[in-house]
Amino acid sequence: MPSDGPTPLERFINGILPENPVYRQLLGMCPTLAVTNGMKPAMTMAAAVAFVLFCANIITSLIRGLLKPHLRILVFTLTIATFVTIADRFLAAYVYEMSKQLGPYVPLIIVNCVIICRCEVCASKQSVLTAGADAIGQSIGFALALASIATVREVLGSGTWFALPVLPAAWPDWVIMVLPPGAFITLGLLLGGANWIGQARARRAATG
Amino acid sequence: MDTISSLILIAIGAALINNFVLHYFVGICPFIGVSRRVDMAFGMGCAVTFVISIAALLSWTFTYFILQPGAPLTAWVWRLLQPDATGTVDLSILNYIVYIFVIASSVQLVEMYVRKFFPSLYKSFGVYLPLITTNCAILFACLEIMKHVSADGGAAAWGLHEAMALAFFGGVGFTLAIVIMAGIREELDHCDVPAPLRGAGITLVVAGILSLAFMGFTGVDRGLAEAIRRSPPAAGSPEPGASAPAKPAQRSRP
Repeated sequence: MPSDGPTPLERFINGILPENPVYRQLLGMCPTLAVTNGMKPAMTMAAAVAFVLFCANIITSLIRGLLKPHLRILVFTLTIATFVTIADRFLAAYVYEMSKQLGPYVPLIIVNCVIICRCEVCASKQSVLTAGADAIGQSIGFALALASIATVREVLGSGTWFALPVLPAAWPDWVIMVLPPGAFITLGLLLGGANWIGQARARRAATG
Repeated sequence: MDTISSLILIAIGAALINNFVLHYFVGICPFIGVSRRVDMAFGMGCAVTFVISIAALLSWTFTYFILQPGAPLTAWVWRLLQPDATGTVDLSILNYIVYIFVIASSVQLVEMYVRKFFPSLYKSFGVYLPLITTNCAILFACLEIMKHVSADGGAAAWGLHEAMALAFFGGVGFTLAIVIMAGIREELDHCDVPAPLRGAGITLVVAGILSLAFMGFTGVDRGLAEAIRRSPPAAGSPEPGASAPAKPAQRSRP
């Protein structure tokens, strides 16, 4: 089966831009919006998602021969829940402050559609190598998406980037950007920007 | 009286002030996906409210009797197995797995029940019922309940009625948000939206403005608490998840 599927390298590259989980597939919106008020929580979240996605993809790929169709979603979620518990305990043990700040959004990784979607679409049909490459590609794509939103929100909202001041002290903080409405508006406009670039490219390809 | 007022505060906090969708960003997927028409949105909202209440009932029961540190049922079984053991048993490491299991199976049960006894309702819910399993709003409600049940026990711990109030009114808040959104999107169909923003983009921007409007409710609970109790509130904010990252520390009453 793996012979006629896409190669691990293709899977890896696919995840970063062409099938970016946030901008292209509109998956995993909940953490995307909730933790991007600063770069630090966003990157912690991206790392946690990467860990869970990688492990869940590997396990799903290993047991793909045993899966029963009507039980597979349940098996996926239970696998993911196990790894999320590990990630959650790890964060609480080593970066307690960050774990406090992320709050319920770490356990909510369980129902993050990105991971379930990858298990369903890729890992349950592909070899371990392909599934792992796919997980890494998707994780990088997810991290890039989170970073783009967090950069806009943190720079405009508090004048800092990774808690380092980047804008002059006279900059009036747009507090709304770090509050919930800022998340929706930023993501909406960035999504529009991504679509605009995509459409412009398609038009150029059609004419040229 | 105290119980009722705390229930009212939890209800208002869950439905309006800390609206699940517009404040905590949970349940965004159906919020964007199923908010094209008002009747569909309302059906989805009802389904979520229904499932969230059942899941809250089950997860409170499991958390209180089995999972929390020193839970009665677990302690009893532990003593049965190890009569001379001391200390408490803490099963809270199993929390997430149990919750997701509870949610998945209660969705399955609800689906079977509705299909058998209310076929017309089942038809109108259609594909949404199974989709609810992966709705973050439900797991989020379970997690909030967990936080309040196993919060070092004592008087601050939530009873079943408080957990149910949070879950039910959280569902009502979700329904409110998704129906408002669907109403706006129906009107939006007649507008000239720039092509790249069509679909999810403009929906998110509108949601941002809606969220801005809901921020106007901030502080309502505190005012209400003072009005009810006529005394300086010891814990004036029953709003769950004061440590949520979406809410920065500098946010204060207007």
